[in-house]
This record gives sequence, C-alpha cells and structure tokens, in this order.
Amino acid sequence: MLSAFNDAFSLLETLDANLVGIVLVSLQVSLTALLVGCLLGMPLGAFIAIQNFPGRQGLIVVLNSLMGVPTVIVGVVIYLLLSRSGPLGDLNWLFTPKGMILAQSVLTTPLIAALTRQIIEDGWRIHGETMSALRLPIAAKLKWLVWDCRFSLSIALLAGFARAISEVGAVMIVGGNIDRVTRTMTTAIALETSKGDLPLALALGLVLLGVVLLANLMTAIIKSFAERRYG
Amino acid sequence: MNRRFILKMSAVAVLAFSTIGLSHAQKSITLSSTTSTEQSGLFKHLLPAFEKKTGIQVKVVAVGTGQALDIGRRGDADVVMVHDKVAEEKFVSEGFAEKRIEVMYNDFVLIGPKADPAKISGGKDIQVALQRVANSKSTFISRGDKSGTHAAELRYWKAAGVEVSATQSWYKETGSGMGPALNTASGMNAYILSDRATWLTFKNRGDLAILVEGDPKLFNQYGVMLVNPGKHPHVKKAEGQAFIDWIISSEGQQTIGSYKVEGQQSFFPNAKK
Repeated sequence: MLSAFNDAFSLLETLDANLVGIVLVSLQVSLTALLVGCLLGMPLGAFIAIQNFPGRQGLIVVLNSLMGVPTVIVGVVIYLLLSRSGPLGDLNWLFTPKGMILAQSVLTTPLIAALTRQIIEDGWRIHGETMSALRLPIAAKLKWLVWDCRFSLSIALLAGFARAISEVGAVMIVGGNIDRVTRTMTTAIALETSKGDLPLALALGLVLLGVVLLANLMTAIIKSFAERRYG
Repeated sequence: MNRRFILKMSAVAVLAFSTIGLSHAQKSITLSSTTSTEQSGLFKHLLPAFEKKTGIQVKVVAVGTGQALDIGRRGDADVVMVHDKVAEEKFVSEGFAEKRIEVMYNDFVLIGPKADPAKISGGKDIQVALQRVANSKSTFISRGDKSGTHAAELRYWKAAGVEVSATQSWYKETGSGMGPALNTASGMNAYILSDRATWLTFKNRGDLAILVEGDPKLFNQYGVMLVNPGKHPHVKKAEGQAFIDWIISSEGQQTIGSYKVEGQQSFFPNAKK
C-alpha cells in the first residue's frame, strides 16, 4: 500500500507523458459525455417533472432503473451497434474516443435526467401554484425552475461526471484499450491489475481519485461563490 | 438559462468533438491480438519499428484469441494475430481470411505453488503432470474464456485422459484473461497453465513458480491473417498486407527475436520464407 502512494507521487512528479495522455483521453471522453448527458438529460428530466402525460409514472420508473444499468451491458450494446457488421458500422466509431463518448452518454443521460426530474419536481411543489397562476408557457416555467434549482442541480452534474469517469465496462469494450488512442485511467488500471502490477494499478487509482476530487472541489468553490453572489 | 448560454455550450461541444478528429489524420490499421503479445510488451518493441519504416500506426486491441477472431469476423479489425491453430484454420475455412501465415512461437509453462502438493516439479511431461494434479485433487485454475491458452489447456487434459468440468471442486474456471487468472491462482496457491511471456512479465507471483516446462507439446504457435476484403470491403488491405509482409520479413523476424523480458527471449520467430 505504501509503495503505491510512493508510486503515485513519483508518477505525478515525473508527469510521465504517457500518463498525461491517458488522463487527457479520460477527461475528453467523460466531460463530453457529461455535456451530452446534460444537454439531453436536463430538459428531459425537467419536462417529465412538471408535465402530466399518460405513462409518466412508468417512464419515471424506467428512468430511475436506467441509473443502475451495468456499464458492461451498455458497452456490449454500443459495440454491436458500432461494429462494422452492425447498423451504425459505417460511422467507423468503434475503437475510437467518439464511440466511447456515445457509450458514456448512454450512461450519463438517464442518470442526469432522473436526478433532474426529482430536483425540479421538488421545486415545482413549492412554486407550482404561483407559476400556474401566472399562466406562464411551459418553456418559461422550465427556464425559471431550472434556474431556481441550479445549485441543487449541480449534484446531478457531479453524479453524471462520476458515473462516466469511474466506469470501465463500457469504455473497455467500445474503446478496446488501445495504447495512446483509447486508453483511459480505468482501462489502464484494469490492464496493470491483469499484469499483476498491483502497486502501479493502485497508483493510477490514486491519480483518478485526485482528478475526481479536483472536479468536486472546483464545483464546490464555484457553487459557494455563486451562492454568495446570486443566492 | 438564456439562448446565449446554450449557444456557448454548443460551441464547447463542437470544439470537444473537433479535437477528437485531429488525432486520426495518420494512416492506421486495427490489429486484434491476444493479451499475451500485448502485455508481454512485444508490441511496444515491435510496432514503433514498423511505424517508423512505413508511417502506418498499428492500433492493438488485446483480448483472448476467441474474442480476437470474433472481432475479425465482424470486420472490426484489419489484421488478426492469435495462437490457436484449430480456430484459425476454421476462420480461414469460413472465408474470413484467405490464408493463415505462421509468425513465431513461444511456449506454455505449468505454474504451481512452490510447496507442490501434486509433486510435479521438474517434470518434462505435461500429460503426466496434469494426471498428478487431477489425482491429488490440487486446485487448478482454468482460463475458461475460449482463449488460445484455454483451448490448449483443454487439449492437454484430453490427451492426459482426464475429464475436467466445473463440477469438480478442485477445477475452477475463472472466465478471465491470463493476468486475472494468474492473480486468482496466486491468491489461491493453485496450479495454472500460462504462456511463458505473460508469466515473465507478471509481477504478483506470490508463492507460484514454473514447475513443468520444456515438453515439445507445450509449443505455442502464433499465426497472422489479413481479414478478407471480400467479406468486409472496408478492410485496409494494402496497409494490413504491409504489416504482414513486414512481420514475416527478415527485419520483422529479427525484431521479434531480439525482444527480451528479464534477459530471456520470449518469442521465437519461425515464419516460413
């Protein structure tokens, strides 16, 4: 364990070019998947929160269940879709970062949608009557609610990022763990573990933890700053 | 939440995607191969030499032989390099490749605990050793993943006249790659069949050591195949063929032979000229 910490620090000290590349691929893929997840998931979640339509309860149950879909299953499904013998084979996205982004977006979107739905619904309970009385159009209601709940919604953002950056099942299958192309922090950890180099695997794990910690720290700082200013 | 904000976010998305496109200008092929060749470090030794000479980047997807062949079958790789002659010949007879070319070999070794409850240490006969493991009901870890090593292991059990199945408590199928299976064996102090290259680069050995080696039956041949462009028209035929031509050329073969792990040669080139 101790040697793992030493390894992690010497990895950081030398700022090994390979390691930087791996971290960059991880961030590029997971942040883009987070962005896609927000652009799709937040409006979807907010819409379900305030709109009544047949099958709404069923959709909520499905959405909540999709938060727990095994990443490997998403990996296999996206693999079959993107494979040259599959329906989207012509895109040539298999074993590329684009394919990995697609797979991780499938993971982040329902998670962000489900959390957004709950948060906005709670906000709706408080402000719903006022808004209905004002007879605002639905788009205006959604804007107001999302803006009002923006600090609570940051947890959906962080959860989506955590789901993407920490998963290994989908990126391993769709990305193929190709050195310098699709190798991420998690697939590198899996690789070093299977080579029996447990200290290096643990060291990489600590680097991953550091990146997640940094992301959460930044969010917390922005949030407290914004709350003081606009809260 | 105004329109300008959404526009900004979209711009970020477009930027993020455009940087992805940049890294793919170079000529490249996808090679599906086995964990043993990748994890032993052979490709890190081999591919830069090829890339320097031809400018073609080789992207390696390292999985078990069975899965590597499946990737080729689906048309997701241009070249396949694996080690299971029977499965490779089936691949050719199904028309997914026009021919199989032998490249190099390494060998399997029987690994086990230094305490050696089955008393096989120093033996030269894999069949006798496996019979003793079975008779003493010593724990044996099987890959159980349709890899080349798994197929070889099952052939050795058959030749030794031992029927193995997961219902026997001493025989455990992990369904995982060579490294994870070795981790399991190391944790359980069990016997396991491994290719030499993976064992040499494996670090978490615990109390395990090589107990049986040198039986000519433990010979492990690697073959390389270009995925048939007749089946999958998008296969990069010229670049893939350039890789195959190079790896069986005297330069490629010498590069394979010069690769050493801990001072030991791991792969022995034997392409027929």
